[in-house]
Amino acid sequence: MGSVYRARDLHFPSVVKLVAIKEMINRAPDPLVRKTVVQNFEREANILATLNHPSIPPIYDYFSGDNRSYLVLEFVHGHDLEAIINETGGFLTEERVLGWAIELCEVLSFLHSHKPDPIIFRDMKPSNVMVNPTDHIILVDFGIAKPFQVGQKGTMIGTEGYSPPEQYRGEAGPLADIYALGATIHHALSRRDPRLEPPFSFSERPLRKINPAVSTELEAVVNTALQYNPEDRFKSAESMKEALVAAGRKTGILNSTSVGTTNFHSSAGIKPLWVFQCEDEVRGAPLYYDASVYIGSYDHNLYSLNATDGKLNWKYATDGGVVTRPAAFEGDIFIGSEDQRLHVISARTGKVNWTYYTEGRVHSSPRIAEGHVFFGSDDQHIHAVNLMSGRAAWRFETAAPVRSTPFVAHESVFAGCENGDFYCVDFRGEMKWHHKAKMAVTSSPCEADGVVYFCSLDGSFFALDARAGWVIWRFRMGKGSVASPYAADGLIFIGSADGNIYAIDARTSKETWRFKTEHQVSSSPVVYKDALYCGSADGNIYCLESRTGRLRWKFTTKAPITGSPLVYDDIVYIGSTDHFLYALLA
Amino acid sequence: MKPFFDRLRGKKTKPLKAQDNVSTIPLSGEKFGVDSTRSLRIEPQQLISGCGQSIGKQRDHNEDCLFTFSVTSGGETNSSPLGLYIVADGMGGHQYGEVASAAAVRAMADYLLKRFHAYLINPSEEMEEPLQEMMRAAITEAQRAVTKAAPGSGTTLTAALVLGQQMTIGHVGDSRAYSLRNDGCVEVLTRDHSLVKRLEELGQISSEEAATHPNRNVLYRALGQGEVLEPDIFTISFPQPGYLLLCSDGLWSVLPDDTIRNLVSAAPTLHSACQSLITAANDAGGPDNISAVLVQLIG
Repeated sequence: MGSVYRARDLHFPSVVKLVAIKEMINRAPDPLVRKTVVQNFEREANILATLNHPSIPPIYDYFSGDNRSYLVLEFVHGHDLEAIINETGGFLTEERVLGWAIELCEVLSFLHSHKPDPIIFRDMKPSNVMVNPTDHIILVDFGIAKPFQVGQKGTMIGTEGYSPPEQYRGEAGPLADIYALGATIHHALSRRDPRLEPPFSFSERPLRKINPAVSTELEAVVNTALQYNPEDRFKSAESMKEALVAAGRKTGILNSTSVGTTNFHSSAGIKPLWVFQCEDEVRGAPLYYDASVYIGSYDHNLYSLNATDGKLNWKYATDGGVVTRPAAFEGDIFIGSEDQRLHVISARTGKVNWTYYTEGRVHSSPRIAEGHVFFGSDDQHIHAVNLMSGRAAWRFETAAPVRSTPFVAHESVFAGCENGDFYCVDFRGEMKWHHKAKMAVTSSPCEADGVVYFCSLDGSFFALDARAGWVIWRFRMGKGSVASPYAADGLIFIGSADGNIYAIDARTSKETWRFKTEHQVSSSPVVYKDALYCGSADGNIYCLESRTGRLRWKFTTKAPITGSPLVYDDIVYIGSTDHFLYALLA
Repeated sequence: MKPFFDRLRGKKTKPLKAQDNVSTIPLSGEKFGVDSTRSLRIEPQQLISGCGQSIGKQRDHNEDCLFTFSVTSGGETNSSPLGLYIVADGMGGHQYGEVASAAAVRAMADYLLKRFHAYLINPSEEMEEPLQEMMRAAITEAQRAVTKAAPGSGTTLTAALVLGQQMTIGHVGDSRAYSLRNDGCVEVLTRDHSLVKRLEELGQISSEEAATHPNRNVLYRALGQGEVLEPDIFTISFPQPGYLLLCSDGLWSVLPDDTIRNLVSAAPTLHSACQSLITAANDAGGPDNISAVLVQLIG
C-alpha cells in the first residue's frame, strides 16, 4: 500500500509541469520479502516504461530508498471512474459509458497483445480508470499487472467484486480482464457496487432491471463479458470492442425512432367490467361483503352496489363526506363520516341501525375485532365501541386528531396520530407504549410476525416491535407518506409522496424494488396472488409483479387516485377523484 | 412399616416393585421439550444462555472469541428481556487472529451495552435509534477496532441482539447462527460469506465438494479486511420454543444439522449441551477452534 502525490517537476522551472508520484512503503519485516517487493515494483516500472498507448500514462522515472520506492508518472487530470459514479446524481448515460468501454477494450487489447508475453491488467475496476477532462480514459495503477506466461499459476490477488471466478483459483488470463471490464461497465451503468454484493452475482442484477434506460444490446454485451465460464465470454478484448461498436450503432439507429414504445398493456387495452358514478370524488376504499361492494364518497353517501354488474342496491346519506373504508360484521356495515359519526347500517336494507357520536370528523376507518369496533376521530381520541350495545367501551385520549385506522393484534390496538405520536393501547384502553415520529402518522399500521409497520409524513417508514415498541428498523423514503403499508411474503409494500411504490424486505429493511409513478402515491397497495395493485395521484391504477415491481398493466382514470384498491375474486375495485368506482379484471 | 399396618387392617397392597416402574417417574426435560418450562409458567420472561469453547485438536492456539450477556428485570411492566451474544473467529493464517476477534467482540459489546445502559436503569426510557442501525454502527466500531488493534488481520463476527421476542442479527464471515426449534426444525439463519458457499449457491459445486474444497477457508467478507464492508443485518422472531445457536466453523464444519439438534435436545442444561457439542466436534477431528453459544427464551 502507498500514496500517490501530485508533484511539480523542477527540471522545468519556468513552467508548471505536474507529475504524479506513486509511493510504495516497504513494510515487510523479512529482508528477503522486502527485496522481492522492490523487485516487483521495479518490474512494474519496467513494464510501464515499454508501453506506449494513449490510455496508459507515460512513466518518467523511478527510484527507491529508505524502504520506500517511487514511480514518477504523467499527472492525469480528471477523476477516477469510481468517484464519477458516486458523484453523479442519477445514472451515467449509455453513450458516455459506451465510449469509455470501447477505449478500455482498446487498451486491454493492446496489453493482451504485448510481446513477448501478454500483460494481464488483473485489477480492472472503476477506481483504476481515470477519466480525463476530454472524457477519455487512462488506466492507472499497474501495481499487480504482470507479464503473463500461459499455464502459470499465480497467487490469489485482485479486487473482490470485479474479479472472475477463475482468478480466485489463481488462474488469470486475458479473459479475466474481460470479466472485470464487464463488471466495471455493470457498476457504471447500474450504480450497484459489486463489492457490496456476493461475488459473481451480476446475473441476479440484470442491468435493465436496475436501469431501464440501458439498451438490450449493451446489456447483452455486458452479460457475455460477465459469463461465469471464461470460454463463454468474448474471445478477446478486440471482439468485445466489436460487439460494443455494433451495439452502439444499433442503438444509435433506435434512438431516432424509439418514441413511445410500450411493452405492457396500455390503458386502451383494458375495459372495466363496470363503472359506477358517484356525485362527488371517491377518496375512500371499497369493501366487499356478501356479493355487494360498498363505497363511500365525498357526496356524503355510502353506496351498496351489486358486485357483478355495479348496479345500485341502495345508498345511505350521512351528513358529511365519507373518506373511509367501510367494515362489515354480521349483516351490518360500519362507516365513519365527516359528520363526526360512526354509522351502522343494515347491509340488506340500507337502513341505519344505530350511530355513535364523536366530537370530531371521522377520517379513520372502523376496525372490527373482539366484539368491538375501533376507530379514530379528529376529536383526538381512539374510540372502542361495543358491537352489541353501541356504547363506548373506552376512549383513549391522544395529543392530536387520529386519522390512522387502528390495527388490532396481540391484544393491542395500534394507531397513529396527527402530531407524530404512534400508540399501542391495550384492550382496557390503557397505553402500553408509544413512539414519536417527527411528523404526522396518518398512515394506518399493519402487523406481521410481531412487528408493526407504518410511515410518517417525515419520510420515515418504521418497523416496531409490536410488544414493546422498539424501533427495529427505519427506512427512508424520498418524501413523507399518508399511505398504509401492506405485508406479504416477507415484503412490505408502501407508497410515498415521492411518487414511488416501494417493496422493502421485512427482515433486512433493504429495498427490494421501487416503481416510479408520475405523481404522489397516497393509495395503499394491496397484494393479490402474485400481483400488487396500487393507485397514484397520476390517475393510474397500477398492476405490478409483487416480487419484481415489473409493470403488468395500468389503467388510467380521469383524475388523481387517492383511495386504495380492493381485490376480491379476481376483480379489482378502485375509486377515483373522477367520481367513478371502477371494477377491473385483476 | 406402612405395608405391615395395611396388611394388619386387611388392605391389599400392591407389590413394592410396581412403584419402581418407570410410568410414575416424571418425564425428563428432553421428552417434554420446552413445553415443560412453559407449563411451569416461568415469570418474568427471561433469556438464559450457555457457552463452550475449545482450542480443537489441530491448532496450537485459540483465535475464537465469544461473549454472552443476558439481563432480566422483573417487576416492572413492559420490561423485555435483553441479551447480546457474539461469536468471532479470528482469521487463520493471519497474524494476531486472536487479537482481531477479541477486539471486535469487545468493541461491539462496549458500543451496544453503552447504548442500552439507559434502558437497563429505566426501561420506560424511549430508544429512538432503530436496532438495525445500532447493530450496523456496532459492526462499524468493531471494524475500526480490528483495523486499529491488529492491522492486516481479520475476523468473522456473528452477533444476536435479542430484545423481547425479536432478535437482530449482525453477521460478517462464516460463523453461523442457527435456529433450533423444538419441532426438530434446524435452520441456518446466516449466509456464509465464503467463496465455496457462493460457488455452492451458484450450483457450481455440491455441498459435499464445498466441505472438502481447498478454498473453503476463503472468505469474501470479514472484519478488518477490505475497504468496503457490508454486513448482513436482519431481524426475526426468536425461535420459541427452541434455541438460538451461535458457533464458529470449528463446530458446524464437522457436525451435521441433525447431530447438533440431537445433542442439544438430549442435554439437561444449556451448558452441558454446549459441552457435548464441543466434545462431538473434537471427536470428529477438531480441525479448528470451536465456539458455541446456546440461548433460550423462556417464560
